[in-house]
Amino acid sequence: KIFSFTVSEMMCLNYLFYFDTQLFWDTLTNIYPLSNVWDACSDALITFDKENLQDELAYIVENNIIVAALTKQLENLSDQVRVQYKSKVVKYIWPKSHQVADAIPWVQVTLANGQTLQTKLLIGADGPNSMVRREAGIPTVKWNYDQSAVVAVLHLSEPTENNVAWQRFLPTGPIAMLPLSDTESSLVWSTSHRHAEELLQLDEESFVDSINTAFWSNENHSELVETAGSLFRTALSVLMPSAGSARQLPPSVAGIGPKSRVMFPLGMGHASEYIRHRVALIGDAAHRVHPLAGQGANLGFGDVACLTQLLSQAAFNGKDLGAMQHLLEYETVRQRHNLPMMAAIDLMKRLYSTNAAPMVVLRTFGLQATNTLPAMKAQIMAFASK
Amino acid sequence: MYSKKFGQLILGFCTRCSTSVVNGTPTSIRNTISWTSVCKHHTQFLERRSQMGFAHVRIRSASKTTVDPNEVKRFQLLANKWWNEQGDFAALHSMNDLRVPFIRDNLLNAHGGRRPGKPLAGLRILDVGCGGGLLTEPLGRLGADVLGIDPVADSIGTAEVHAWHDPDLRGNVRYRAITLEELSEKGGQGAGQFDAVVASEVVEHLADLETFTLCCNQVLKPGGSLFITTINKTQLSYALAIVAAEEVLHIVPSGTHDWDKFVSPMELERLLESNGFHVESIRGMLYNPLSGAWSWTESTSINYALHAVKLEEEPNLDEDDPEDPTVIVAQAKARRWYN
Repeated sequence: KIFSFTVSEMMCLNYLFYFDTQLFWDTLTNIYPLSNVWDACSDALITFDKENLQDELAYIVENNIIVAALTKQLENLSDQVRVQYKSKVVKYIWPKSHQVADAIPWVQVTLANGQTLQTKLLIGADGPNSMVRREAGIPTVKWNYDQSAVVAVLHLSEPTENNVAWQRFLPTGPIAMLPLSDTESSLVWSTSHRHAEELLQLDEESFVDSINTAFWSNENHSELVETAGSLFRTALSVLMPSAGSARQLPPSVAGIGPKSRVMFPLGMGHASEYIRHRVALIGDAAHRVHPLAGQGANLGFGDVACLTQLLSQAAFNGKDLGAMQHLLEYETVRQRHNLPMMAAIDLMKRLYSTNAAPMVVLRTFGLQATNTLPAMKAQIMAFASK
Repeated sequence: MYSKKFGQLILGFCTRCSTSVVNGTPTSIRNTISWTSVCKHHTQFLERRSQMGFAHVRIRSASKTTVDPNEVKRFQLLANKWWNEQGDFAALHSMNDLRVPFIRDNLLNAHGGRRPGKPLAGLRILDVGCGGGLLTEPLGRLGADVLGIDPVADSIGTAEVHAWHDPDLRGNVRYRAITLEELSEKGGQGAGQFDAVVASEVVEHLADLETFTLCCNQVLKPGGSLFITTINKTQLSYALAIVAAEEVLHIVPSGTHDWDKFVSPMELERLLESNGFHVESIRGMLYNPLSGAWSWTESTSINYALHAVKLEEEPNLDEDDPEDPTVIVAQAKARRWYN
């Protein structure tokens, strides 16, 4: 089996009704009940799990599988949906807000092959460098993190019941290991540009060593922080003796998949408007986040679910699908959901990007406290599942 | 988004001397030539006037090129008023959120589900006083064969130009600048043809409701539905629709509404029931000027929507032979309706 190297972590179970093809469920072998996150500079640890390990916390699904399932669904709907592969848009003409004589009041799209299409509603799903967004002149708030992500497929040292996703916050950035099968996991290592380039240059053995070191080494611990951390943990266990979880250990890595090492730059982006007259942006075209929370794809799926529901309501009311009323509702609902999530992810990233003792102590306490409060963890999981 | 709406509202109060709405009705356009009289003389006068002014009033969708481009330009200017969802007719646009489901669901109850995606396919609907086509188009998109009529030729022109652009509508939405009585005249094209008649925000402008009711009865198939939305005749509606909207805030030009012409649901029900209809349901509607949205409400004191059904043909008991089987069946049917 060859795994592709991008993996979407789906912490939400709600969207699976879209993917009811057998292909999808057959290859869905990775249902992980636990997610371990911990700080490299201290021993603070947080685990997210469903009680009794009965229900699944989340699914981790390869991009290829999602794409394959979607393609199959599209083939079944070929009388209603036409997919034009290998097409590129070269020009958009936007409708004027008032009717002009002989002007077509819809969006006109010109393709590279000369074909022109007209549409009542244009949905921009063309990623973080969206041409739709750019051409529509929608202002975007964005900045680059000085980080790139290195992704690779990892071969584990020994087969294990691989149902845990691990993430460790190093001062240079979080390193995460997401399970793919009993013997393989996916790596997402966000780090500085320079370090990312170095990692790509390393030979396989050194690369594997650096991964294992990153997960296992304690060199970033300072005495002060360790003492403070263990004191706090004792205090918490007095207050809430039943909370907290047994420490599991991450698997160690033996090798990497052939030619699977890639890096890409990270940034944050948010379109100030998701909609215009007859235009809607979804997914990364509207918002772009750091991979540390595994939420980027989920925000996009949330956009799709919301827009689909609003459009079908509008159609059942005989409305023009490009009308502003329901598009405005889509924008409001999704911005209200996406912005807090994006702020939280950005905050996490900044919080964990430092070695400074006070910040480390603070986040250590925070992480430990959160770990012992089941209500808080439930809230976090519920928010991520929305 | 809210601040934009609020700002518009303030601006509307201060500067607008044409309509907007506290209670969803009217229109300065309609005000110029209103349904104040269904007298033939008046309508003839209107027709003559419109025919004098404009050479090509009846634009057929296929032959757009025969229309004078100046006419089209004027219709398009008007279209900006009618079809701007945040403009003067914003409340009529948002009223679609109530009236389209009201019509759609009641028709689905009566006629059963049709093709998915086109719930009203196969049904013929008449939209009386359609104006710029704000309600006509959604009904057309739901699959119905809709005829929109309005005595104001400008409105019809605007409606036709707007609908022409949408391929979903070209086949099944048509407009005519004609009055209801002309359409319903025996031998005319209107008799007994429609599954539903919609008269939204129209009856409060009519002088002769009896004639209107008879004409509706004329054009409907037996068992066909009549949908009316209008304003109640209460102290509250006087305070809001006349005093507040017209006299105090000057949102609607003074004289747009005549409170005497408002009709209460009870009176409308009485009128309909004595003219061959059975009133199925009456529901109150409420407009929120801050959010610009309508909602259903218990109280019918201000705006309300009414659904009535034309009774099956009632036989003339004096003239028909009581032994005639068709008469017996018809009598039995009539008896069933009244029980």
